[in-house]
Amino acid sequence: MRIALVFSCLLWACAPKSHEAGVRHITYWEKWTGFEGASMDRLVARFNQRERERAGREANYRPIEVEKVAVSSLEQKLLIATAGGNPPDVAGNYSFFVPAYADKGALTDLGPLLAAAHIERENYIPHYFELGVYRGKVWALPVVPASVALHWNKQLFEDAGLDSNVAPRTIEELDAFAEKLTLWQVRLDSGDTVVERGYLPNVPDDRKRLIQVGFLPNEPRWWSYAWGYYFGGKLFADAAHVSPNDAGNLRAYDWVRSYSERLGVERIKRFRSGFGSSSSPQSSFLSGKVAMELQGVWLHNFIEQSAPGFRYGAAPFPYPADRPELANTSEAEADVLVIPKDSKHAHEAMEFIAFVSSPDNLEDLCLGQDKFTPLRTVSERFWREHPNPNIALFRELGSSPNAFAIPKTGIWNEYNRELTNAVDLIQNLSEPPMRALGDVAERMQAAVDRDRKTLLRRGEP
Amino acid sequence: MTGASARRVRGLLFCAPWLLGLSVFLLYPLAAALYYSLCDYSVLLPPVFIGAGNYRELFHDPLFWKSLYNTAYYALGSVSFGVLVSLMLALLLNARVAGLALYRTLFFLPSLMPVVAGSLLWMWMYNGESGIINTALRHLGLNGPAWLTDPAWAKPAIILMAVWGAGHTMVIFLAGLQDVPSSLYEASLIDGANFWQRLIHVTLPMLSPVIYFNVVMSLIGGFQVFTQAFIMTGPSGAPERSTLFYVLQLYDVGFQDLRMGYACAMAWLLFGLILGLTWLLTKGSQKWVHYER
Repeated sequence: MRIALVFSCLLWACAPKSHEAGVRHITYWEKWTGFEGASMDRLVARFNQRERERAGREANYRPIEVEKVAVSSLEQKLLIATAGGNPPDVAGNYSFFVPAYADKGALTDLGPLLAAAHIERENYIPHYFELGVYRGKVWALPVVPASVALHWNKQLFEDAGLDSNVAPRTIEELDAFAEKLTLWQVRLDSGDTVVERGYLPNVPDDRKRLIQVGFLPNEPRWWSYAWGYYFGGKLFADAAHVSPNDAGNLRAYDWVRSYSERLGVERIKRFRSGFGSSSSPQSSFLSGKVAMELQGVWLHNFIEQSAPGFRYGAAPFPYPADRPELANTSEAEADVLVIPKDSKHAHEAMEFIAFVSSPDNLEDLCLGQDKFTPLRTVSERFWREHPNPNIALFRELGSSPNAFAIPKTGIWNEYNRELTNAVDLIQNLSEPPMRALGDVAERMQAAVDRDRKTLLRRGEP
Repeated sequence: MTGASARRVRGLLFCAPWLLGLSVFLLYPLAAALYYSLCDYSVLLPPVFIGAGNYRELFHDPLFWKSLYNTAYYALGSVSFGVLVSLMLALLLNARVAGLALYRTLFFLPSLMPVVAGSLLWMWMYNGESGIINTALRHLGLNGPAWLTDPAWAKPAIILMAVWGAGHTMVIFLAGLQDVPSSLYEASLIDGANFWQRLIHVTLPMLSPVIYFNVVMSLIGGFQVFTQAFIMTGPSGAPERSTLFYVLQLYDVGFQDLRMGYACAMAWLLFGLILGLTWLLTKGSQKWVHYER
């Protein structure tokens, strides 16, 4: 009797969570927590409410209920769950994971579902819609886009005698501004210390201590692979050939290297090791230690949270003076929604995605996350209510013909690691760009060829 | 059923849970990994048999050799320093001094700290600008390196952290020391042996089975180093791949690049390597390990 009771309890505990009869439950995994997650929570609640109300009105209608779960390291867990045959019905991922997952057969082709839900490609900013398209199929739908721009600290500009309302337009101007914005504490023969500006090449190393830098190419480190794009470089010459060592990339990384040469490798390392995370008041930019930084649309929110009242400006990242056609170059990625392969409720999942993607809901979501919408048309209310004074700039950069994204390739993670290591070698002055990027080209071409062989083996075109 | 066979069946039934666990969680994954190592396998699509292709590619992969070198460097450093330091600590903590229990607890405590928490703590200690280590070095008039961001210092820094957490090894040494018969020490004292002679001719031979055990266990753990590097220097083994350890590279290939067949080949090679090294140590131990008969 006692044993039977114990077994009953165990069975009850192990049984799947019981759901209300007649309700179609779908699970939604989302990478965001914090205010971004809260913004999506509100939409999920609104969707569930709409479904319950419809069920109240229509006797035979079975409402959909979305259960949202915040998942860390989502990209890996999604793979394992899909392989185990128990994936979520919807997942919120980054756009740059789409090609690798599509290549591995982890995603559902959204094409037919989008057509049935009347979601049209024409309604989106082309660059952002294309992020979810790979090998001719739509695998993901953009919901919250982002782009990046040069941010500058107005107070430090004024201290350096620069006009705090004018950003550098060219790389050459950026370099000149950076020199004026670099500060050192210099020890004199008398033992007293003074603060001086510039790179001070004639002051011995043991006499000077870096206290402020105008610009550091490796702060933040997130986009160390991308500098080539701002100089006209590309990571792929065409779909089958890599080009990390093309002329634009070599020029970019020579420029990156020049900062290590001017400031000193060890000195930069020590200086950087005192920085906190990008969202904290101790970050390189918010603490006033770096005067100009490439940062994303999200920085405004960090400032509101960590340093209210901080005076800053945002402008397109500069272009080389001899390449004015590269103006408005910006990396533009997006958060996307995908339906994993073997989702048990693909149609219900698409209903939820369609709900989120309606103009009003998408604007609410993007307002809540302090970003702009991926749609072509934006309401007056959106501009009026948006807290970020530079939001129009970020949208313009995301729509620019020079907006770029991580290359669509199944080997991106590998390529990114190779580039990160090469940039490490370049910034540490361990190897010149020509050699470091040449090695990357050799290894990644082999990886592309291997990937191609794998796809052919599986009968992919 | 005869009594003997009924006993055998009962015995097997009692063993069944363990046998089941061993088969499901160890033997099957081992065999599956061996098969997948011979396949092009990305987890979601059916594996395609490619023979020894993954192994051939591994031997031409510079990152495989780099990660193997880094791991061997770490294993050699952490095993030799770890065993030496914990043996020295055990000898000190075996002395009869006041507050012995407190000292033993203090030296053992770090090994109780989870690796992730320990790694975060050491990241702060290794901070080139404001870390406690460089601050202390500055007071001594020395300019400490940037530790975790300096390719020359990142591996030694992770080894030093491993030595800090060698409390378990120390406790095993301590137990071994207390097992050495006092009659041997008394006899050596009568013969006029000094401290070093007693250490070399009595303590170390009597402790040799424990040293052998600790070396083998530390070596197995050393070749599987992962968490510290993953937390402290990131999954790509920065700076300049100086902390790209074998299991980190295996993780990158398997879980970042979804090349599970290649990762399985790496896992089997590591298994073979650890097995080979353990066998070599065991063979060699016959010459220097002294068992009391």
